Amino acid sequence: MIDIQSLTIVMPEITLAVVAFVCLIAAAACGPRVTRHIGVLAIGAFALAGGVLFCPERLKHLLDGALPVFAFGTQFVDDSFGRFGKALILTAASLSVLLSWSYFEKTGDEKPEYPVLIMFATLGMMLMVSASDFISLYVGIELQSLALYVLAAFKRDDIRSSEAGLKYFTLGALSSGLLLYGISLIYGYTGTTDFVSVSIALRQHMLTNPGIVIGMVFVCAALSFKVSGVPFHMWAPDVYEGAPTPVAAFFASAPKIAALILFARFLLTPMHAMAGQWHQIIVFVALASMLWGAFAGLAQTNFKRLLAYSSIANIGFILVALSVGGREGLQSMLVYLAIYALNTLGAFAVLLCLRRDGKPVNDIADFAGLGKTNPGLALAMTVLMFSLAGVPPLAGFFAKYFVLLAAVDAGMLPVVVIGVLSSVVGAFYYLKIVKLIYVDEPQGAFDPLPDWGVRSVLALSALAMIGITLAPSPLLDATMKAARGFIG
Amino acid sequence: MNTGLMTIGLPHFLVVAALLFTIGVIGIFVNRRNVIVILMAIELILLAVNINFVAFSVYQHNLIGQVFTMIVLTVAAAEAAIGLAILVVHFRNRGDIAVDHANIMKG
Repeated sequence: MIDIQSLTIVMPEITLAVVAFVCLIAAAACGPRVTRHIGVLAIGAFALAGGVLFCPERLKHLLDGALPVFAFGTQFVDDSFGRFGKALILTAASLSVLLSWSYFEKTGDEKPEYPVLIMFATLGMMLMVSASDFISLYVGIELQSLALYVLAAFKRDDIRSSEAGLKYFTLGALSSGLLLYGISLIYGYTGTTDFVSVSIALRQHMLTNPGIVIGMVFVCAALSFKVSGVPFHMWAPDVYEGAPTPVAAFFASAPKIAALILFARFLLTPMHAMAGQWHQIIVFVALASMLWGAFAGLAQTNFKRLLAYSSIANIGFILVALSVGGREGLQSMLVYLAIYALNTLGAFAVLLCLRRDGKPVNDIADFAGLGKTNPGLALAMTVLMFSLAGVPPLAGFFAKYFVLLAAVDAGMLPVVVIGVLSSVVGAFYYLKIVKLIYVDEPQGAFDPLPDWGVRSVLALSALAMIGITLAPSPLLDATMKAARGFIG
Repeated sequence: MNTGLMTIGLPHFLVVAALLFTIGVIGIFVNRRNVIVILMAIELILLAVNINFVAFSVYQHNLIGQVFTMIVLTVAAAEAAIGLAILVVHFRNRGDIAVDHANIMKG
């Protein structure tokens, strides 16, 4: 029996699903000429889903949204933690639809499937964020991943794009296999797949059972794959380089948010009693990601590959916050996620602005002399790069500061020292780009800037990096409320 | 049901599943020839997981594991369809599907 309460809880997802199916049919019936319209509809659907998510009537129905409420038994949970994650995901998805318009128009790959696939991927992410059972966790991850595999191979006449899709599919399917094997062991030794029941079963007995530990390690490895944490990161640089740029921008933002929130739920609900065991795994992945992201990034010449290593390094910081756990850890994780997602979307938007002789620019060396040829764009790029490097007073600095502060409070000093050192190393490649922009001689004129879609994303992102510094309280309040909603 | 030889119990199923899983993972990494073999290895991994779920489901006397198996089977079919579609697109661009040749991007 499906009750009204459950339907109210999943109403944002139902809204998005209905619009996505309508768009799918419209796309199939009308073909490429309706791509723009479907893009607008997709952004409208994200806004509508966000509106339903925070609709006061709905929240009133759900105990004012103060406590977690479950739908369909215990499959699906709605709490302020999940709502914050969904708001971020919907924002990132809308911005990536905006980024795609002029790009696909110019390459002649304008297909109405693009916004539809983004919508289904976003639906999967919303399910991931709200999963409170291993079954809904798996279904959410797969709904997201299957759409993302297709998106990676979206420019189907381009060998790089199809190779990116193939690599992403192979490693993604392997990680799903690891995830399922881990889940099967956890189920086998606890007899349930529901997060809360697993946590109760683990607390009551057997912290010593090796089967559970192996299962947990498998699931942690699979989720590290999804967030591209070292040593499971090898797909990320290839996929970012090969996939169309707007798709890479989407990959770097929304799926990371969803996977990390899911990671937090997995570690802090069912595996809460095993914090001693998972803490060292997460700290290891975090350290390895920060160091590898910083050092391997130094050797890159392709800007999209550089952003892939940058995202690996940032994931390292977010995992530090996750390993701290607790309210402060979670709050700093959400602050970092929000700032990182906006920042990286802006960096991709800069790349989408640059074309020479009708061809997209991908190499870092092509940024040379941008300060002379296009001062406005150069200024935005400088702000974004300084923020990624963690230069005060931009938002990226505060993101790192909050994470390290939470880690210091938790007594993880060695981790903090390595984090600071690796971010100094990483700062080198961001600052190298700024030097290229202002000091080096231009190599030739760029094509005129693309339409307002890309430019507005860029402006929004650069202004947010300054704005969050000037008025941090809305973000801090929202993240505090979200973290409280998850851990009392 | 003990016929004097040996009763087949949970550990036997788990060992079979673990073996299948290992063969699948090795199949992905050792195979350098053909992407189709990778797709088969992925199916092998998912089947190993299904054996685990069904065996645990019987052992735990509840149906969750078998429900999960149904969902895994369904998703595996969708996954194989998308994998093959991407493979066809890659074959059109590249002309072959050797794993070693999918290396335009490196680093």
